[in-house]
Amino acid sequence: MSILGTRVLRAEDARLLTTGGTFIDGLALPDALHVAFVRSPVAHARIESVDTTAARSRPGVVAVLTAGDVDLPPEPRSHRRVPDAMERPRIARDVVRFVGEVVAVVVAGSRAQAADAAEAVVVEYDPLPAVVDPEAARRDEVLLFPDAGTNVAFSMPSRAGDDFFAGCEVVVEQRIVNQRVAPCPLEVRAAAARWDGRRLTQWACTQNPHGTRAGLAAALGLDTGAVRVVTPDVGGGFGAKHGTYPEEVIVAWLARRLARPVRWVETRGESMCALGHGRAQVQVARLGGTRDGRLLAYRLEVLQDVGAYPSGATLLPYMTRMMASGVYDIPAVDVDVVDVVTNTTPVEAYRGAGRPEATAALERVVDRFAAEIGLDPAEVRRRNLVAPDRFPFTTPTKATYDSGAYEAALDRVLEAAGYPRLRAEQAARRDRGDTRQLGIGLSMYVEITNPGGEPEYGSVEVRADGTAVARTGTSAHGQGHDTAFAMIVSAATGIPFEAIEVRHGDTDDVPRGHGTGGSRSLQAGGSAISGAVDLLIERARERAAELLEANPGDVVIDPGRGVFHVAGTPALARSWAELARPGPLAAEYDFEPPGATFPFGAHLAVVEVDTETGRVELVRHVACDDAGTVLNPLLFDGQVHGGIAQGAAQALFEEFVYDADGNPRTANLADYAFPSAAELPSFERVPMETPTPLNPLGAKGVGEAGTIGATPAVHNAVVDALAHLGVRHVDMPCTPEHVWLALRSAAPPPARAGE
Amino acid sequence: MIPAAFDYVRADSAEAAIGLVAEHGDEAKLLAGGMSLIPLMKLRLATPAVIVDIGRVRDLSYVRDAGDHLAIGALTRHRDLETSDVLARDCGVLRAVAAQVGDNQVRHRGTIGGSVAHGDPASDLPAALVALDATFVVRGPGGERTVAATDFFRGFLETALGPDELLCEIRVPKSGPNGYAYEKFNRRAQDWAIVGALAARVGGTTRVALVNMGPVPLRAAAVEEALAAGGSVPDAAALAAEGTEPPHDLNASPEYREHLARVLVRRALEAL
Repeated sequence: MSILGTRVLRAEDARLLTTGGTFIDGLALPDALHVAFVRSPVAHARIESVDTTAARSRPGVVAVLTAGDVDLPPEPRSHRRVPDAMERPRIARDVVRFVGEVVAVVVAGSRAQAADAAEAVVVEYDPLPAVVDPEAARRDEVLLFPDAGTNVAFSMPSRAGDDFFAGCEVVVEQRIVNQRVAPCPLEVRAAAARWDGRRLTQWACTQNPHGTRAGLAAALGLDTGAVRVVTPDVGGGFGAKHGTYPEEVIVAWLARRLARPVRWVETRGESMCALGHGRAQVQVARLGGTRDGRLLAYRLEVLQDVGAYPSGATLLPYMTRMMASGVYDIPAVDVDVVDVVTNTTPVEAYRGAGRPEATAALERVVDRFAAEIGLDPAEVRRRNLVAPDRFPFTTPTKATYDSGAYEAALDRVLEAAGYPRLRAEQAARRDRGDTRQLGIGLSMYVEITNPGGEPEYGSVEVRADGTAVARTGTSAHGQGHDTAFAMIVSAATGIPFEAIEVRHGDTDDVPRGHGTGGSRSLQAGGSAISGAVDLLIERARERAAELLEANPGDVVIDPGRGVFHVAGTPALARSWAELARPGPLAAEYDFEPPGATFPFGAHLAVVEVDTETGRVELVRHVACDDAGTVLNPLLFDGQVHGGIAQGAAQALFEEFVYDADGNPRTANLADYAFPSAAELPSFERVPMETPTPLNPLGAKGVGEAGTIGATPAVHNAVVDALAHLGVRHVDMPCTPEHVWLALRSAAPPPARAGE
Repeated sequence: MIPAAFDYVRADSAEAAIGLVAEHGDEAKLLAGGMSLIPLMKLRLATPAVIVDIGRVRDLSYVRDAGDHLAIGALTRHRDLETSDVLARDCGVLRAVAAQVGDNQVRHRGTIGGSVAHGDPASDLPAALVALDATFVVRGPGGERTVAATDFFRGFLETALGPDELLCEIRVPKSGPNGYAYEKFNRRAQDWAIVGALAARVGGTTRVALVNMGPVPLRAAAVEEALAAGGSVPDAAALAAEGTEPPHDLNASPEYREHLARVLVRRALEAL
């Protein structure tokens, strides 16, 4: 029986759970200096002066530097249409634009000395008015970059005419705040660097080692060959560790300038304000259709808060636009996008990166539409799904979905959840005026994975002892790449799973790669490994043919035993070790995906809402996530479980809050309500596999799916619990106070005739 | 997240601790379980020059039957309260409230005396001790004195404890194994209460205390009086917000807290 599709335990876990792995904080780096950053405590101000005198005289201090001391170019622009005036200096020069922006850098002999000296740097700020709310920013009354003349960093205007909703019998509208969240990886950011006079070695806490190599080389004016990036174990990234941060560039610059190894590990407080945030869209969704539930026209206005500098978030609305109409066949779809800067932490990709925002808006407004026409929300969805015989299906916003079976996913979730029974229970509680009302929330999604369609590198090499090494250009930070890729090699070659080493994250060891992001690793990285294995087997077959004195065409592999033999004579076989002995036996392969893949699914959340206090409890979450062929259901479950937790967290718990002056109010994990297992139920996963034709594994990405499906399902469930009390919407996160306020301001719906 | 530099001394007895505090004066800060002080120091919101560690003063960790009352050493950890047989028999309410403090890690480190001396109105145990009319035994260079719980909490993070004094013992009446209900309302299991309402029968009276409804832990006096006068539970609970000064924070406005207090007090009384 093949190892593929089985619940192989994670090869990584014994090490990570016992020795703790090797993270940058724990790297042995003798003589390394420690870096601490002086960060702005104000959201918007002119820097009048920076006095480093006292800091320089503190014990152990090697250097204290400000913008004028560091000859680094500004960050590259995130898009050619972003105004030049919005460039981000690596160290703030004249103006600070968010709390947490780097103003000065201290290098000292120990971490404590660096922290103490950082406190002694005296910065005088002349405060400027701050703008925190993106809707206020759009009015351009307070400008972050006066030379740009506007806070708008980027826009993609609507193409809709006045008659966009003509022919619709019903049009519903909902303003939705897809609130700003903090990614909160367990491992905060860190970097270490060493310059040997010729080359830079940078240890990076990143999702994308080769991207970091390119970013550092460009910033430092080095050839990429003069930069080696090594990624040790990384404790989570969620998209926010995909780019290259100013701090990482400064650490590299310091190692070269000081000719000493340097290391920086941020604090949780720094991480909450300087690691990129996620989401942060204000949306107005309008959905029109007929009274019998046919959706005809959908218009979404997206106001993306990109934070103080247009970075990764600039392009998130591209994804929101592309995925705007989701699983539905809606003839007219129009999206209007405006990105604005605000005096807040820059926004980056965060688990789903633009797609969850699309799904959250659409699924919320589909529920509103269903309520408006008095049809069951499951039925409205069913009547508008893209039918299974229409794939590949191109949407009005030019996404081409590869494969799908949307109605089947809906059916499976409704059946697994016991939908009619849940509705009956809900009706009973409503009838008796229970203070614990039941809410049932549905969401359906389709998302785009490996959206950039980047190629990926893979290689496999068999050693003389019969063990193998696989190399990949993707980079693990918790997903289980070592397990997944070893399974692919083992299944095809018969080399035992335990005898396969998977290597990634060292740019000297792996020649090229595009890292891990956009749920791309298995479909792109796994397919590359698979392609390399195919080539390897061809080469091994030729070598076996020589040893067996046979025609290569007559030699077959027996993957069960891990040997080659002439067809029909299995007793006379050659092992991998025998084949590898005469000389290197290896193959490499670059997988070029013909297109992105589009996983999909349906989620159903059940909540209980205490109508007296507003407290919401998620009591069940049933999820059918179809990401094509499943390689390892255990890894799949892990991705979906984490995704649902993160998605439910946005619906119920998490929000990064600033006061009106731009001071963060949730810069620690006591105030930032990151939930734990105690707040979440055991999730119910419903299996379904619709392979993609676009890669040999049939696999789509599942890293972000759970998050995308979960948020609107839970959000809809909260509103559904209160619908009979007149509540039509609750702003996320659905905190007890938000729910209580929504209940207080709701007008009970008039009793219908006959009721 | 690195505290400012400080000197560290460890006391092995209550007397030694009092002596060390006298020696170092205002510069010194007592460290018990560290569940409040250490985070404040790591954020550099507290920068004491000297830490006097009393965490290992074993003779202040006990729960004893003292005849007409129970005596609890100030350095008794929440976990020891949560699992105390003496409390199970004679003061079930305190045991149950201790079980709701923070999470397991906090309860294994934090102490009842540390929670009381910190004076945080959002903490669970101070409100329970106010409900029980506990007495606090305090020792300083001048000797020992006792302070009633209701007099002890003076303001937000402000108590009757002098800078040179050490809280040594907490005395509570024997209220029996049952006859209490604690409604702790929070968003996450390990969080502080947004509002907490405790109802307990002590002797012949019903006591009601509120967590996080003002700068200090409060007794809901209007509720208690209404009940004593024979009022119904709903009518009495409707008075729960009287005399409170609820704070405004990320989780709740004062108005919402007042509403929660009424609901939670009613539920606690109904569960009695």
